[in-house]
Amino acid sequence: MASKVQVETTLNGETVEFLCEPRQSLLEVLRDVLGFTGTKEGCLTGDCGACSVILDGRVSCSCLVLGVEAQGKNIQTVEGLAQGDKLHPLQQKFLEHASLQCGICTPGFLVAAKALLDRNPNPTEHEVRYGLAGNLCRCTGYDKIVRAVLDAAAVMQGR
Amino acid sequence: MHAITYESPKSLAQALSLLAAAGEKGRVLAGGTDLLIQMRAGVRKPDQLIDAKNIAELQVLSFSPQDGLRLGAAVSCCRLIEDPAVQQHYPGLVEAAGLIGSVQIQSRCSLGGNLCNGSPAADTTPALIALGAVCHVAGAKGARTVAVEDFVVSPGRTVLQPDELLVEFRIPAPKPHSSDCYQRFIPRNEMDIAVVGVGAAVTLNGNTCTAARIALGAVAPTPLFAKEASASLVGKPLNENTIAAAAALAQQVAIPITDMRGTEEYRKHLVGVLTRRVLGVAAERARK
Repeated sequence: MASKVQVETTLNGETVEFLCEPRQSLLEVLRDVLGFTGTKEGCLTGDCGACSVILDGRVSCSCLVLGVEAQGKNIQTVEGLAQGDKLHPLQQKFLEHASLQCGICTPGFLVAAKALLDRNPNPTEHEVRYGLAGNLCRCTGYDKIVRAVLDAAAVMQGR
Repeated sequence: MHAITYESPKSLAQALSLLAAAGEKGRVLAGGTDLLIQMRAGVRKPDQLIDAKNIAELQVLSFSPQDGLRLGAAVSCCRLIEDPAVQQHYPGLVEAAGLIGSVQIQSRCSLGGNLCNGSPAADTTPALIALGAVCHVAGAKGARTVAVEDFVVSPGRTVLQPDELLVEFRIPAPKPHSSDCYQRFIPRNEMDIAVVGVGAAVTLNGNTCTAARIALGAVAPTPLFAKEASASLVGKPLNENTIAAAAALAQQVAIPITDMRGTEEYRKHLVGVLTRRVLGVAAERARK
């Protein structure tokens, strides 16, 4: 077995240190080493977006990033969205619009939508659909997700 | 995935000595959006990954009206797409980079990685060829330059030796009344691999074409520079007839295969359609 490497990173605002094998993906590290199981494993080929995290401000598939590459980086996962018991507006709107059924894709959608609104607080429906094209959902047909993101954007803009 | 070791050199010199030491067992890691999938599938089995992203030379992104664009091989597509100078001067390059995967993939992937992966269907490669981009390669035995159209030798293989590293692309400054365009055909709007991709760059003097470069993707074992088609336009007005003639010449160099994405005949047809379209768009942009 290859020797483990020590990595220091910032996860949802807190400094964390972990040991991982170089072959382990950031997804594996988050779930199996650090116990952050909100981030889901889907396709492992970068197609489904279930494992989306925000890495230094950019939404990325954590299955296509090595844990060792997280050294010195800033990572946001779905666990970082809510403030204590207060849901993030995106989470609240996903509930109100019933934007989920089985739920496996939901953390990835929330994270991708957060990254989208961070860069573009007032997106058009077209921009939301393109911004979420890297996330697959087999239950909802996407429309309720798009509505929730547009509604959350409106709330966050104070509209 | 099999066990590996990982190195993250902070300088070009350090990277070159690591590559020389690793030899055939090493592989450069840029965005990882192809490589990590290939390693999981057992298609590539390097013992050591050498991360190129923390080397300053591979993160250069600068434009000057005299020297053109310097584009580090590991610059992420999202950084390239958002760069105002690139948007202004190389819209075809932005089109190609913006077609790769999703936002998630564009956050990580790079043009150097796209080229070194060696796929015949790489979207950014025809766009780079159309612009006359040149690869600057560093190696233990010295540096060299390679035209992008000469870089890929067969699917998945390039001219790079195990001890060499693609450092950056140099793209000439656009002459007045020049522009470019890249389009691909896929059966949907997002998230797919090109059935055919075509890039073109043109320079106009009035309505006369003074320079043209047309490049094709996904229609041969490697991305192609359509030399005769490009040359056919020089010195002529860009109109329906000259564009149709260039498109017919481009079809002649395409040697596509039949696979699940399309038949040989269909792909040849698409080369004609897309060549006409990208020349039309590039010419329209150049006239502005």
